[in-house]
Amino acid sequence: MLTFILRRLLSAIPTLILVSLFVFTLQKLLPGDPVQAMAGEERDPAVMEYLREKYRLNDPVPLQYVHWVGNVLQGDFGTSLRTEQPVTTLLASKLPVTIELAVLALIIALVIGIPTGVISAVRKGTATDYAANVFALSGISIPHFWLGIVLIMIFAVKLQWLPASGFVPLGEDVGQNLKTLILPAFVLGAGLSGVLMRHTRSAMLEVLRADYVRTARAKGLFPRTVILKHALRNALMPIVTLTTLLFGELLGGAVLTEQVFSIPGFGKMIVDAVFNRDYAVVQGVVLCVAIGFLLLNLLADVLYRLINPRLRTA
Amino acid sequence: MKFAPLMTTALLLLAANSAFAETTLRIGIQDDPDVLDPHRSRTYSGRLVYTALCDKLVDVRPDLTYVPQLATAWNWSEDGKTLTMTLREGVTFHDGETFDAAAVKFNLDRARTLPDSLRKSELASVESIEVIDAKTVAIKVKQPDATLISQLSDRAGMMLAPKASATEVGSKPVCSGPYKFVQRVQQDRIVLERFDNYWNKQAYHFDKVIFLPIPDTSVRLANLRSGDLDIIERVAPTDVKTAKADSHVQVFSTPGLGYMQLMYNTSNGDKANNPLGKDKRVRKAFELAIDRDAINQVVFEGLYAPSAQPFPKNSPYYDKNLPIPPRDVEASKKLLAEAGVKTPVNVELKVANNPIAQQVGQIIQAMTEEAGFKVNLIATEYATLLNEQQAGNFQIGMSAWSGRPDPDGDIHQFVTCKGGQNDGHFCDPKLDELLNKARTVNDQAQRQSLYFEALRLLAEDVPTSYLYFDPRIIAMRSNLTGFVPNPDGLIRLNDVAFK
Amino acid sequence: MTAIAVNPALPLKEPLKPHTRSPFVKKFLANKGAVVGAVVLIVFILAALLAPWIAPYDPLKANFLAVRKAPSMMYWLGTDELGRDLFSRLLWGARSSLLAGGVSVAIAMIIGVPLGLLAGYFGGKLDAVISRVMEALLSCPFLVLAIALGAFLGPSLTNAMIAIGLSAMPIFSRLTRGQVLAIRHEDYLEGARAIGLPDRWIILRYVLPNVLSPLVVQATLTIASAILAEASLSFLGLGQQPPSPSWGSMLNTAKNFMEQAPWMSIAPGVAIYITVLCFNLLGDGLRDALDPKS
Repeated sequence: MLTFILRRLLSAIPTLILVSLFVFTLQKLLPGDPVQAMAGEERDPAVMEYLREKYRLNDPVPLQYVHWVGNVLQGDFGTSLRTEQPVTTLLASKLPVTIELAVLALIIALVIGIPTGVISAVRKGTATDYAANVFALSGISIPHFWLGIVLIMIFAVKLQWLPASGFVPLGEDVGQNLKTLILPAFVLGAGLSGVLMRHTRSAMLEVLRADYVRTARAKGLFPRTVILKHALRNALMPIVTLTTLLFGELLGGAVLTEQVFSIPGFGKMIVDAVFNRDYAVVQGVVLCVAIGFLLLNLLADVLYRLINPRLRTA
Repeated sequence: MKFAPLMTTALLLLAANSAFAETTLRIGIQDDPDVLDPHRSRTYSGRLVYTALCDKLVDVRPDLTYVPQLATAWNWSEDGKTLTMTLREGVTFHDGETFDAAAVKFNLDRARTLPDSLRKSELASVESIEVIDAKTVAIKVKQPDATLISQLSDRAGMMLAPKASATEVGSKPVCSGPYKFVQRVQQDRIVLERFDNYWNKQAYHFDKVIFLPIPDTSVRLANLRSGDLDIIERVAPTDVKTAKADSHVQVFSTPGLGYMQLMYNTSNGDKANNPLGKDKRVRKAFELAIDRDAINQVVFEGLYAPSAQPFPKNSPYYDKNLPIPPRDVEASKKLLAEAGVKTPVNVELKVANNPIAQQVGQIIQAMTEEAGFKVNLIATEYATLLNEQQAGNFQIGMSAWSGRPDPDGDIHQFVTCKGGQNDGHFCDPKLDELLNKARTVNDQAQRQSLYFEALRLLAEDVPTSYLYFDPRIIAMRSNLTGFVPNPDGLIRLNDVAFK
Repeated sequence: MTAIAVNPALPLKEPLKPHTRSPFVKKFLANKGAVVGAVVLIVFILAALLAPWIAPYDPLKANFLAVRKAPSMMYWLGTDELGRDLFSRLLWGARSSLLAGGVSVAIAMIIGVPLGLLAGYFGGKLDAVISRVMEALLSCPFLVLAIALGAFLGPSLTNAMIAIGLSAMPIFSRLTRGQVLAIRHEDYLEGARAIGLPDRWIILRYVLPNVLSPLVVQATLTIASAILAEASLSFLGLGQQPPSPSWGSMLNTAKNFMEQAPWMSIAPGVAIYITVLCFNLLGDGLRDALDPKS
């Protein structure tokens, strides 16, 4: 197992180099000059020239890349062109926010997705199954940012139960923190619950067809026991693997949700950075997300390998 | 188990809070400021924060006259080449350093010489700064400069603590304003707290001031209405009715200094080679097809101030005799016929890709169509828009200017031959002469006549069409008192308090 | 939006055996959801095509006397911030949105499928390179990639379609590669190679037709995601530009009038939702009908 993990980690390196190269080139291709935006309304040519020198924007692009990689290897992601804060500080302050949002969304998705998946598998072909399916597909099909707007209209503007946007750090006030995150987490979790429901349903159907469940039923065990104790436990295993992968997806999905709800996490940071041409930030965030993504993939594979033998012996 | 000590701490904190009743003011601002260094920052939202954080040498009153802040008095020498300022006594910076003439010299020199200072052009006329004594400083200028006092009333006149500012400023600015810097979380909040040694501290009533960037105007308002914010700035005109209907909210609207203009590319590169760029009659025809009042009604609920000049109504340089040309489609068509151009005249209009700019662009598109123009609307991301305009890659560019208290900042750089923002490269030596001269004249009446003459030339050649001034609309909870709005839209917190 | 890389519609099925399409129509028609989806989509597509004739108003014609009017007999869905009829704009907007879905998936397939065929068929170094690049592309969040590409190309509907197409391309490449790998050692391919048919001929004549079914299913599902992606990009100002409507750009404007004119956000949002839902239903139905196991 250890060699497997090591091999996978090694093979992730070229992928990461490709990602960074790709992001780097893409940014150099972006029209618009960060220096133009930084030089303010007056746009003094001397200032712009100085800034270009300062941020090495006059160097040949390959050299810029080598320089950047060299710094990253020493743990230095550069500084934000816009606010001059170190990118590492930014990453450290944004990552917990997005992770908290993603965890909450995942919890919501699991709480909705798995029970509906189980019910719809057990009642396969009934109206309940059908309704659950349409519900799941709705979660996938609804535009998140629109759902966000509608929920803000209802809960913040009309009913004024929840704040319309903004974010209170967890360390500051837990209640307020949950209040600000509940709507965005729901929006983000809604789509995911659909995906989870559909996977749970098919995994359950598979397991329910399996011999040992039939045996258990034949033994006259009470259906609920069969479903919960035998079938669900086995069906859940592939779901665990899937959930790790979905968590990575959530980090990407947070982009628009954070934008709509003004949550200062990764997603908002990267959209703002792209629009402000804040190169160092875009590079740092994408690299960080890519690393997270690859690690989650690895974790999923490891889990899969750990679970698989048990599946056979179950 | 772990909860017990946590709970106790929380309870203690609660008790402490209620004993001292700490007051916090939450201000919702439109966007996250850039670097918090007055000499290098560029955003308007940054200025909102500085108003509480950093004092300036002079301040601007709502009637656009200048009043003492860190300088208590000033006077120009006979030849107009030396500005002598007397400084306030007993002022300290947030880190305890004393504010004196040497500090002024440090700051002005820093603003003039820092390689990435954005204040260089504002202080371009300054030759040297001399410390006369601890409380007196003399600023020598190369030629008489009527705009200098107004520059010192903004970021160029903000004072940083010299010792603390020798190296890094942006992440922890040390100033001398009523509130000092505590913490910044990018895109989330900037926290300031009361500065106990402030020279005028009895006028300031909050223990903490927190600035929260919330880009969406309606979301900002929703947060104000629910009580999560105490003050919001740049309320959308379409939201004003809603805000006013809420008994917990009060709305302040003041005519602002910033305007929107349509700049025509008259001679910057190939794109200037179009009927509008070549012939002022066609530009005039375009302007005549626009109904500024209708734009105001449709997009801004009638709250904006339509205008055909770069100076706001409350400025002494506003020319009352220069009318806003009313929409006249017939006259527009006639001018096009005179110019002998083939209709429809195809023209590209570049606007920023935000909903308001696009809405105004679409209205202009619809209006000018009736006169014989076919406008191709091109929405461009802000970062790209600046680039393209400067490179001359536009025919008409719609852009906003935030406005300055002194008229020079609103006109000189846009229409003089070598002006830094003259993206259309319009050039008229006669106009240059007038505007250069107006810079050096301190006498208001004399300056006025120079500007009026310049405005007349502009109306003749139409290198740019001014559309409207946007008011600064600020809304706050109705339990706040003492707020006095200012045309610059900044929120001055002196005498503002909870009822 | 989250779910373009992890296919929203279930784990990939095992590769199909060649030539198993017999009771396809019957199975498809038995799936009520898929049939409803198909019918609604046909109606939408017809409405989009017929927009010039059935729209009651000119979608671009501003009427400054009827700004932000609530739905009424005169304006069925109300009017927008410039007094334009929302129903008419919705019909015309369907063109941009459906077109965006179709074209971007076409782009993704035109690039992704050949790359997948090459990687899967030839294997070796070529496969290693292509797979690595695709993996790298897949490890950037889809929307971030599309936003960056959209900003690079400049805001317009065409560029949004290109950006989405490129971002979705690795999905098709990877899927195709997997399918090809599964059939690479089938007898009929070994045979074709043995008699010395040129590779190009084998790929086009024997490989492609046998990997097509899952691609069709994936395409249907990706159209759904692409429509959402176009809406997202337009919502950020990177899609369809005014005055022409698309559902996403209508929402972008509408969010400024949430309180004064909620109807401006309701109609386009519901339209996107229904369309995407129908594509997903259709995709499900196609998959089940094409799946020899069920």
